[in-house]
Order: sequence, then C-alpha cells, then structure tokens
Amino acid sequence: MSTTAVEVIYRGIFQRTMAKHITRGIVLAARKEGKVGIAFGRYGDSPERNGIPAKQFAIVAANDEELQGSIAKYEPTEVDVTIAVDDALCKGVESWAWYGLQPVNKLLKENGTLIVTSTKSAEELIPHIHKKDVAYNLAIIKGKASFSGLWVYKNDHTDMRMLGALPRVAPHLFGSPALEAAIREEWKDDLKVASAEKSFERVQIRKVKPDEGSPEIPFSFTMPGWKSMEEGLVVRAIPLGGHFEGYDGGYRPERNPYFKKFTTRTMRPVVDFAKCTKCTLCWLQCPDSCFDVTPDGYYDANMEACCGCGVCEAVCPVDKCVTMVNETQFEDNKSQWEMWTKDKNGYAGWLAKKIEHRPERSHGFHHRGQYEGEKIEQID
Amino acid sequence: MAAQATGAAAAKAPPTSKSDDQEMLISGCEAIAHACRLADIDVVTAYPIRPYDTVMQMVSKMIADGDLDAEYIVAESEHSQFEIVKHASAVGARVFAGSSGVGWFYAFEALAVTAGLRLPVVAMVGNRALDDPGAFGTEHNDALAVRDLGWMLTWVETAQEAMDNALIAFRVAEDPHVFLPCAVSVDGAFLTHSQHLVKVPSREKVNQFLKPYNRGNKLLHPDNPITIAPQVNEDWLIEIRKQNDEAMKRARGVIAEAYKDFNRIFGRNYSPFLEEYMTDDADVVLVGQGTLAMPVKVTVRKLREQGKKVGFVRLKWFRPFPTEEIQQSLKRFKAVGVIDRDYSFGSPYSGGVLYTEIRSALYDLPNRPLLHGFICGLGGREVTIEGVTEMSEILLKSAKSGKLEKQVAWIGVRE
Repeated sequence: MSTTAVEVIYRGIFQRTMAKHITRGIVLAARKEGKVGIAFGRYGDSPERNGIPAKQFAIVAANDEELQGSIAKYEPTEVDVTIAVDDALCKGVESWAWYGLQPVNKLLKENGTLIVTSTKSAEELIPHIHKKDVAYNLAIIKGKASFSGLWVYKNDHTDMRMLGALPRVAPHLFGSPALEAAIREEWKDDLKVASAEKSFERVQIRKVKPDEGSPEIPFSFTMPGWKSMEEGLVVRAIPLGGHFEGYDGGYRPERNPYFKKFTTRTMRPVVDFAKCTKCTLCWLQCPDSCFDVTPDGYYDANMEACCGCGVCEAVCPVDKCVTMVNETQFEDNKSQWEMWTKDKNGYAGWLAKKIEHRPERSHGFHHRGQYEGEKIEQID
Repeated sequence: MAAQATGAAAAKAPPTSKSDDQEMLISGCEAIAHACRLADIDVVTAYPIRPYDTVMQMVSKMIADGDLDAEYIVAESEHSQFEIVKHASAVGARVFAGSSGVGWFYAFEALAVTAGLRLPVVAMVGNRALDDPGAFGTEHNDALAVRDLGWMLTWVETAQEAMDNALIAFRVAEDPHVFLPCAVSVDGAFLTHSQHLVKVPSREKVNQFLKPYNRGNKLLHPDNPITIAPQVNEDWLIEIRKQNDEAMKRARGVIAEAYKDFNRIFGRNYSPFLEEYMTDDADVVLVGQGTLAMPVKVTVRKLREQGKKVGFVRLKWFRPFPTEEIQQSLKRFKAVGVIDRDYSFGSPYSGGVLYTEIRSALYDLPNRPLLHGFICGLGGREVTIEGVTEMSEILLKSAKSGKLEKQVAWIGVRE
C-alpha cells in the first residue's frame, strides 16, 4: 500500500474546527486498522481570514517509514480524495498572494473522488469545476455549507457525514467498522455514528469525464528569483491610472495581479442600475475597492476583485438596488454594467431571476433571522 | 546497515497491552504541553506568537480541565514572560515558557540573565524565520541566537521526540551539576502545527525519571537568606564565566546519563547526541537538525536503491555541542554535507551556523572528510527530495575526485 492522502478545503475561520474533525477522524479511523497517519493544516493558510479558502490534510500510511515521505511538507503533491465543505469552493481556491488560483480538483489523482456538500446536482456543479485531463468522481453529500464545529452554531454532523462517505469512495483508507469505533472513542456519541452510517448509504457518486467542466485557465504568473527581485524588501505601489477598457471615460484601477481573492466569495452583489442614484457609497465603502467607475458614472462591482463581503448591500440607501446573491448562481465574472448597457430589458429579467437566490450564507452574519428555519430545511 | 530508530517495522495495531502509554493524535506543540503536564510544572508564562502559541493554549486548557495545577501568568511581552519564569525558578518552581522568532529575541535580555544566574528554565522555541520580512515558516536562527549565552539547545524530529526531549530537558537543566536553562527547538509548521501519533506515558513513569526540582541551599527563600544577581565588575566576572563553562561541559555527561534512564524507563532506543541513519557503509553523509531529517531519510533510501552509498547523521543537541561524537562519526566518511536551515552572514565561507561549528569540531582530526555546507529550507521552504539528491550528488562527486570544488551552496533558491 502506498500512502493515501485526503485534503479538506474549507472556509477559514468558520469551518476550521469541522475540517480538523474530519482530518483527525481519518487518522483515528485508519489507526483502528493498524495504519499510521498525520493530520495537519496548510500552514500558510493560517491565520485564516473571513471566508478565505483554506486546507487541511490527512495522510495515512502502512508504517512510519512510509509516512516519512509526507511529513515536513505543506501539502501533498496529489490526493486520493478532496473534500470541499462549501460548494462555492468548486470555482477554485486562492488562499494567499502568490498562491495563484488552484482548481478545486487540482491535486486529485486519476479516478480519485471530490466530495462536496451541496444541495445542487452534479450537473449543476460540474460547470463550476475546472476541467481535468483525467477522469475523477464527484460525490455529493446533500447539505449546505455548514458551520458545524463553530462554538456558537448548532452541530449538524457535517463532519461525520463527510467521514461516513470515505469508506464508500476510498475503501482502502478504512472500513466503516473502524470509522464507527473511532467516532465512538473520540466523540462518544451514537448519533454521530448514525450520521456517518447514513452518509455511507446516501452519498451520490458520479463519474466526471476529462472533457467535462469549466474550460477557464486559472490566472498564473512567474515568481522572480533573487537576482531580479528588488533589494530592501521594497514593494512598489500599483501605479495610479487605468481606464474602463473599451469605452471612453470611466475608471478601472490597476489591481494586484498576484492576489485576486475572489475565491473568498460565497455570494456576490448584483446591481439594479435602473434604481442606482450614483450616490457613491458602495464605491467608497467597499473594503476591497472592487467597484469600477463606468463611463456613465455608475459603479460596477468587478468580480475579479470582489470578496463578497456584502458591505455594498448594507450601505446602499436605495431599496433593492444592491442585492447579494449566492455565488453558485454564476458561471463567469463578467461585467454586469456591460450586460445592462447592451440589453436593459434582458438584464432586468436576469436580475429578477438571480435575486430569487438570496444567499444561504456559508459564513458570517448577513441579516437578522437568516438562520431561522434553517435546521428544518437542512434535514435530509 | 544501521537504521536505528527508523520505524521500518510494519505498523502494529493500536497499543493496548502491557505499556500504560496512551496513544494520542497531537501536534508538536500539544506534545510539549503534555510534557509540561507530566513534569507537573509550577509556573508557566504565556505571550502569543506563532508557531509556539498552541503550547500556551493547550497548557491553559489542561489547567482549566484540572489536569495540571500550575500558575498560568499571561505576560505583557516575551521579555516579561522570561523574566517571570526566571524569578519563579529562583524560588524553587519548576517553570516553562516558550516563544518563536523575533518574540524570542524580544526576551533576549531575560534569556541572557537566566543563563548567567544558572536558573534551569525550560523553554520551547517554535522555530520561525526572523522578521523582516514577516514569515511564519521554520528557520533555526531564532533558537541558535542564544548559542553563546549558556543555554542548552536541542532539536527534535518528531512530536514524540518533542515531548520526550522536553522531559529530558527538565531533568538535565535541573541537575545541580548543570543548573542551566534549556531550549527545545521544534520546527514551526512541520511539527508545531502537525498532528502525529504520540505515545504519552503515565505520570508515575515520569516521576521515576524526573525527581522534584531542588535548588538546595541556592533557594531564594526567607528561611534561606541569600542574594542572587549582584552587580560585579572585572574582578569577578571571568571566574563566573568559567563556572558556567564548566557547568556546560558537565552537561554532556548528565545528558548521556539522562538518556540511559529515559530509554530504560520508557522503553525507547534513543542515542543521546546523534542519530545515524544508513551510515555503516556510507561513503558520504548529510548532517542536519530537526524535521529536514524526513525528506533526507526518504532520499537516502531512494539513492541506496540506486547503489549510492549515502547516509544521514542527525544532530540532536547543539549546546552542549557533542564534539567528540561528531568527530568519531564524521571521520569515517569521504565527504560530509552539512545542511543549515539557518545562515550566518559574513561567516567563514559564508556558511551556516551548523557548518561553521562542525568545521571547527573536525579541525584537529588527522584525516578530515571533505566538508560541504548547504543552505536550504530557509523561511520554512520545503526541503525536497530533489534538493537532497542535488546535495548528495555534490558529495558523491567530491568523494570520487577527492577535491572540494566549492565550500557552500544554496539549494532550492530561485536564481
């Protein structure tokens, strides 16, 4: 047996404990079958910013010597299973500057399995996931992005449900009896065992062929060497200037090409330009300066820069002008203003449809009452 | 082939039988916290800095859970953190504190006086690159900076060894023949923030190994009226330094003795100063400290499969430096490569600290091996199989030609 690696991609900091439960659970369950293992977080991911994608790993091996090859590393070069505990992560992962955008399935081996919690179908998710040149499996565990493990939040056993799917998708890791024994010992809770068992039955698995998925090529860059890097730790400011490409007038600032941050987003603002009074508040208050000023004086949230924090919606004084919408409702980062300019009626229809998907937020407080009734809705 | 302490044996089922050790899945920091619990420390100070800070979180949890009875003092800086434990140690408390990177440096004055006063403070340094630039990854210059002050320094490879060496550190530091502070260096991220399977012994077993701290007639107490830390001048100081020098020399024997007892009581098979890996018939060896042992051992096995006689020597104690053990070990090889996860700008041949020390230790040997220095893994960059292979090839080439082309090379730096 060679080592088996599992990565858990989650939203820092809210899903951190849940990710830790999953990676710990993997090593503890494998240990019940006499294997050894380690569990760790990708160190650069911490301290984790609000909602930023982060990773933890579990590595299981037959013996200590075999395990040595996986210790003192930040992340494995390939994994047997990737677990994403928020379906908006299907669009990719960028944790820090200079990491680039990693497709969610980047580390996945041929015929490995990507497990996602989602209320969507495989057909709805696959267009968000970057194409891979080998086939893999997509497994869906029905549920929304969970805060399970966060001390203020009710435990919905998402961690146990993820663990429960593993004997099904990667039986060489450990079997269900070992997992049940480990859960009983670590968490002393029969209900958790039951959640894992049910998940084993209910997980939906579908093969993803190499030609399926998003054709987008993630942005990339070259890291400079010591000879070309400026000495003295000098970081030059991004030059002032910039213009709204393809139009006369307007302003689109230059932005950091090495850290775009938009994979932090679990929801995005949509703007009803017909209602906009050009008050400038969204543009002023956006903590990421993500609004481009259009040639006709509107403010267009640039989806290559928006982190989805929702401040623009909160500060907009006009009713239903800026609305946050679930990120999984979108398949590209195109300009809303351009769409509106080209076809105002078409845009109005598009907008009305998107607004139906006000977010089931995966992180942070959004509006009063947002959690009411959520538990019932989540029961599967 | 000597493959001492490598765990080449197949994994066994989880232990339940004879040993009363409890196996836990814990990080290197948590392993250090368990050592604090098992040593039943009296005073612990805390000031947060990554990657050390998981220790203070875990120790506070142990106290809150009733598993440890100790004074937990949150200091307002690292300087106070180490001043507090210094004073507590003088009044007879078993103490622990820790830090990382420039946090450790902020305590520097306290670190210097602790050694000067012969107070057996045990510290953990979660190795972290020095600012600037702010970086979290492991680099050994933080702990190494106290190498000339009278602190004992040990580096570990696994979370298990982190716990074990912390226990050994208390024993050696508090030995009246030594009475010197000791820092256990634990690689940031790779150990501090990585959960490993660790065998945690019972307190009864630890009590056999570690007797209560006893300062004897040096105890600062109203019943034992003494003054410590006087102001002195040139008429006193050199004699005081000489005493510290002798204490550090005695520490070598005390460390060896402590390992003997440790192995007996806990059923381990540690050698005190060096771990040799596949060295018996080696032509060339690499030498290094800490977790870089992992990728090096993996590479050594790969190169062995190709018939290349490469080995590895892991240095476990940097202070006191095991001069004789290093000489006896390294004189057997044609070429030796010292891997430094540190630097010493402007040093002889612009090498690392470890390289410079080993070079010095080998000087009096009649037949010295060719000695290469490799600067590698700074800022926590991974030491890779490719990098270790590159180093090994340089050594094999030197061994073959009998010539040293270049003393020091940087491995894995973007040109």
